[in-house]
Amino acid sequence: MEGDIGAIGQGLVYGLGAIGPGIGIGFLVGKAIEAMARQPEAAGMVRTTMFLGIAFVEALALFGFVLSFIIG
Amino acid sequence: MIPVLASEAGLNDPFVVPPVQELFEFPALAFEDTLFAINRTVILMLFATLIAMAIFVVAFRSPKVVPGKLQSFAESIVDFIREQIAIQVIGKEGLVWVPFLTTIFMFVWINNLFEIVPFINFPPTSRMALPAMLAGLIWLVFIGVGLVKQGPKYFWNVAFPPGVPKAIYLLVTPIELVSTFIVRPLTLAVRLFANMMAGHIILTIIFLTIHAFLFSGRGTPIGLVALAAAPLLIGFELLVGVLQAYIMTILAAVYIGSSIHPEH
Repeated sequence: MEGDIGAIGQGLVYGLGAIGPGIGIGFLVGKAIEAMARQPEAAGMVRTTMFLGIAFVEALALFGFVLSFIIG
Repeated sequence: MIPVLASEAGLNDPFVVPPVQELFEFPALAFEDTLFAINRTVILMLFATLIAMAIFVVAFRSPKVVPGKLQSFAESIVDFIREQIAIQVIGKEGLVWVPFLTTIFMFVWINNLFEIVPFINFPPTSRMALPAMLAGLIWLVFIGVGLVKQGPKYFWNVAFPPGVPKAIYLLVTPIELVSTFIVRPLTLAVRLFANMMAGHIILTIIFLTIHAFLFSGRGTPIGLVALAAAPLLIGFELLVGVLQAYIMTILAAVYIGSSIHPEH
């Protein structure tokens, strides 16, 4: 179990963990750009909130990344 | 460790990839086996503290009305944290927290920059100890601010956020308690740690690829691709370092702000 199958498991944990946050960040940044284009005067506020949202979403992907090392 | 590996990657030797721990674990240089053991990570961390102190001391030792280069650089950092983070996220009360937020930003940023500084090439933030310490500090600070501003009622306000229908508390209270007191510090630490660890591993792999393929005759095109990709990756890591410092600072501000205003 330790050898090849473990490596495949590590890859799966990270890969599956990255799908959701990937889609999420895509939506998030797309919507933020849309908002900035519609209302350029609110761009500063939108950008700050966008980074906050990215930080929360990205944490999930990073959990997958760290877990893949922990189970390896 | 990269040159050592490159010399090992001769044509006749099998190419052996060492375990990933070798990138992050360094032997102690002094005070071994005590609580105060000093290794490369600790030295770099102290060095980062010195750099941050030196920048601000030199910049503001004799401040001028028309700032010089260093003074305007330091002023732009403080101004950015004051206007873009403290006032925008916390509000007027946030001005008290500008020194704290600036300290976190500079410390994390300089530690992240060590990742791409030649001959150092190791971010101390990629060891869990440093992000965990910072996250624990921010955790203590935002709970302390909540207790000072709202008294013991702070924990009540966190568990039962005002303005929610009574039946929903069944669902909201456990989520709020776990997310505020457990998930917040955990994500804060893991985010910084995992980003810098990933960056460090990626840079090592790309440099290793250049060493192993470019001159050895195994496959020069692969080495050329890696050589072209390396500057891009270094630029990307430069961006990631600034972004992670910014996110750490802004999240600290958000958490402190949520302790000051319970309704948010």
